[in-house]
Amino acid sequence: MKTMVVLGMLAALCTPLSYAETRGEQLYETYCSQCHGLNGAGGGINVPDMAVQPRDHTDTAEMSARTDEELAKAIREGGKAVNKSVLMPAWDSNLSDRQIDDLVVYLRHLCCEQ
Amino acid sequence: MVRTLETILAIASLVVATEMVFGAEAEFVQENCASCHALTEPDFEALGIEARAERKAPPLYYAGDKYRRDWLVEWLQAPERIRPAGVYPPAHISSSPDGDEIDEASLPTHVVLDQSQAERVADYLSSLRPYQERIDSVTYEPGSISWRMGQMNFVKFNNCIGCHQDEPGYGGVSGPELHTAWDRLRPEFIFSYTKDPVSWDPHTMMPGGDLNDGAVEKLANYLKAVSEEAE
Ligand code: HEC
Ligand code: HEC
Ligand code: HEC
Repeated sequence: MKTMVVLGMLAALCTPLSYAETRGEQLYETYCSQCHGLNGAGGGINVPDMAVQPRDHTDTAEMSARTDEELAKAIREGGKAVNKSVLMPAWDSNLSDRQIDDLVVYLRHLCCEQ
Repeated sequence: MVRTLETILAIASLVVATEMVFGAEAEFVQENCASCHALTEPDFEALGIEARAERKAPPLYYAGDKYRRDWLVEWLQAPERIRPAGVYPPAHISSSPDGDEIDEASLPTHVVLDQSQAERVADYLSSLRPYQERIDSVTYEPGSISWRMGQMNFVKFNNCIGCHQDEPGYGGVSGPELHTAWDRLRPEFIFSYTKDPVSWDPHTMMPGGDLNDGAVEKLANYLKAVSEEAE
């Protein structure tokens, strides 16, 4: 039984990214890592002089408390649309709906599948 | 009908004239600069966002709509870094548990031109104006803004500071430094790019503003004030 659990955890660690996750990963690197960091933990290069720290997207507890719709809305309309800081920009002019969906899938991978 | 033909002829002769006037310069730029800089508009749609990760240098195919000629002449002879983390920051970052850091050693130094080369290349680049109409349609008149109001707009209301420095060493580093923007860029370009960056570059890493003209004017005036302060 224990072995099964360990094997299961190992499998989860090594899960290859789905197509949507791969697309989301590329988008995340280009647009989001500037602030949220390359590994998603919130330590991007812009952070030292920022008044509000970007969300740590690997924080399982916090991120699990958000629905996919809430995450998509934050990306599309920016922090102020979800009662968060304007330091989180709105990306609706840059990203298509499908790209935003791919990002949400990747955020779920970051927070909860590793 | 006649007028259309005249227009076509006029445009055609303009194109031919540009090529004749700048034949040598165009060839020089093609040979020495095209390996890094886009000199024609890429097919963004077909390339996909992966192409942004491979971009080696800022596009120059609309250089005449973007840069001040005199700045080009000077910078090409004495290039100084504009983007603290390079053209594609993720390529110049090392990730550590304490956060991401710029790997300074990985940032390239730029080729230097002599004065006569710089003058001729600047003239040629200034002739590249595919978006002249867009620039001509900008009605922004540079004006002044108080230091405090300007900063409120740049920092608090619009978070430009998140990605750009408005003084050396302070602000975000993923975007080009903006304390030199007024010296580098045409005022109409600053206005137009701030208002709608995606129309200039579908792969821009800058979020498209939902800014109205008044807000953009204040930001442009602030960049003017910032660079005048530096002088
Ligand atoms: C200019 C810096 C910056 C960039 C670039 C940026 N963010 Fe953010 N983001 C922030 C900040 C700061 C917060 C935290 C806001 C708060 O807690 O008030 C945030 C919060 C968020 C949240 C809300 C999390 C929550 O607590 O509900 C999501 C989702 C998010 N960002 C996703 C993204 C994605 C996806 C991208 C890329 C498309 C991105 N961000 C790009 C700065 C940024
Ligand atoms: C090895 C790649 C490479 C080559 C070759 C190259 N450049 Fe660049 N160029 C860059 C990079 C990278 C930057 C951005 C510098 C920065 O942000 O500090 C740049 C910036 C510039 C700029 C400033 C514009 C801006 O917005 O930053 C001009 C003008 C320019 N290059 C012109 C030229 C010309 C003219 C040539 C050919 C004679 C040339 N470059 C050759 C890589 C290159
Ligand atoms: C999330 C980061 C981010 C934010 C926020 C941001 N920018 Fe940018 N900006 C960039 C990047 C990155 C570029 C360069 C385009 C590229 O390389 O994709 C840029 C380019 C520019 C340019 C053109 C400069 C040049 O030399 O090419 C101007 C002007 C500008 N931004 C002004 C602003 C203003 C004003 C604001 C506030 C309303 C702002 N930016 C907010 C990231 C940002």
